Amino acid sequence: MAKKLYKGNEAVAEAAIQAGCRYFFGYPITPQNEIPEYMARRMPKVGGTFLQAESEVAAINMVYGAGGSGARVMTSSSSPGVSLKQEGISYIAGAEVPCVIVNMVRGGPGLGSIQPAQSDYFQATKGGGHGDYHLVVYAPGGIQEAVDLTMKAFDTADLYRMPVMILGDGMIGQMMEPAEIPEDYQPIVTDKSWATTGGGRRVINSLYIQPDELERVNLRLQKKYALIKEKETMYDEYLTEDAELIFAAYGTTARICQSAINMLRADGVKAGLIRPITLWPFPDAPFAAAAARDGVKKFLTVEMSCGQMIEDVKLSVGGRKEVAFYGRTGGMIPMPRDVYHYALSVMR
Amino acid sequence: MAVVFKKTSMLTDVPLHYCPGCTHGIIHRLVAESIEELGAADKAIGVAPVGCAVFAYNYFNCDMQEAAHGRAPAVATGIKRVNRDCVVFTYQGDGDLASIGTAEIVHAAARGENITVIFVNNGIYGMTGGQMAPTTLPGQVTTTSPYGRDTSHCGYPIGISELLSTLKAPSFIERVSVHDVKNVVNAKRAIKEAFRRQIDGKGFSLVEVLSTCPTNWGMNPLDALKWLEANMIPYYPLGNYKDRDKEAASK
Repeated sequence: MAKKLYKGNEAVAEAAIQAGCRYFFGYPITPQNEIPEYMARRMPKVGGTFLQAESEVAAINMVYGAGGSGARVMTSSSSPGVSLKQEGISYIAGAEVPCVIVNMVRGGPGLGSIQPAQSDYFQATKGGGHGDYHLVVYAPGGIQEAVDLTMKAFDTADLYRMPVMILGDGMIGQMMEPAEIPEDYQPIVTDKSWATTGGGRRVINSLYIQPDELERVNLRLQKKYALIKEKETMYDEYLTEDAELIFAAYGTTARICQSAINMLRADGVKAGLIRPITLWPFPDAPFAAAAARDGVKKFLTVEMSCGQMIEDVKLSVGGRKEVAFYGRTGGMIPMPRDVYHYALSVMR
Repeated sequence: MAVVFKKTSMLTDVPLHYCPGCTHGIIHRLVAESIEELGAADKAIGVAPVGCAVFAYNYFNCDMQEAAHGRAPAVATGIKRVNRDCVVFTYQGDGDLASIGTAEIVHAAARGENITVIFVNNGIYGMTGGQMAPTTLPGQVTTTSPYGRDTSHCGYPIGISELLSTLKAPSFIERVSVHDVKNVVNAKRAIKEAFRRQIDGKGFSLVEVLSTCPTNWGMNPLDALKWLEANMIPYYPLGNYKDRDKEAASK
């Protein structure tokens, strides 16, 4: 299949459909509106259901009901809306219901702005709702990767019976790039005999009133999370082999850092990039390995936030090397030249 | 020997956790019997609320999902959209449905979502220990209205059946009570009719059931039944509030 020019939001929506998603529940919020709009047009044509919910709260609970009935189901939103979904996400994680949640992040806190940001990293990776749980969080760095990760997200959700998040940002959602969306994708088939489809005595539930029982459930979830960390961690490296300065950045910011690295290399500064693709599980191994190399002098985390992922980078580096930070926030996007200059000042 | 009565197969053998004299048990039975009698036992999916009926998933002998507080109509929407041939119901109390879940119930009703809602109204938060509900009567004493519900301070009770009946889509909305045998029989008829509407594809149906809470009302079960009749029914008149079949027939 040939590449086509896609807007990020529409590419994510079509990728979901090609991955077998036939139910979408959402609520309008900028900058992700093209996802529900696309689903509204497309779902009836593939025998699926698009329903505009009365709120993000209702949308995520519709996802809970549909996912609990065994369907491949998705919702999408942006930061303030994803905050509203957190109650439902916690319940979905507790009840072990598979689903995919897209967050095209915008500036915060509060109503914030409608421009791209990465300030929901904590919320996405540290458990935005209550309780001991995790989501698998994929951070696409471009439209093709947004397609690939969206399709993969449905498999991951089914495989581990858990909510999976695509953490993009307003840039990923709004920009256009050529991408290929496979139409012959074969979703993994998992046992869904737990799903409520009528005629059974199955219960989708996150309530365990006996504390010893709830503790056992939590310990079982932790085992699952450990398995995911072992099997599903994803990252990419760019020119790290001889690098003295290692950038840490994900999504949109990673691309900006690549441009800055090329500029630095042209000036003889050996810079490279470790780009987490899964933000949870966080790829600590490549950071730990880089920190152990004598040639590596410093790390520089670049984010469209006041510094959130840097905490995980520091944990991975384990104090062996200095970890510097450069960020823009509120919907401001760092320019490659700004990153380049900051990197030079760090290496001076 | 002829069997003249047996427990419905739609209820499990798990002992109910409800307080002595609470009418939830009766309402559970009416819902379960209705589903069984309509031949829907093998396609029923229920949604339990947060509140006294939180463990309803242990009692109804069918597939069940447990929803967050107030969200049962949204969860039921997701279930029904996937399982269009199933009979999907929510079982919710007044704190769950008429307070924290007002948006979900109003919009499920406005969409004409083809589900059946059993709304148990006892005018108080039972599970959490007797706090004021949106349905608590003016002057009624609860743990968070210790001097009686002051309407100048926190307004008036919400009549959910009246409110939802202003919407166009719902097929069937009726308020019933279970304070005596005659009313229990009538409640059964209404609940069964509500499920029949769903099976016939006619859209949203809701039965509001006035119920007692002897524990948190501070009464013995018999006095609680009398109190319901004397105080709740005047404020919450029984009867049908919406019947699209009848509306269509009278046109």
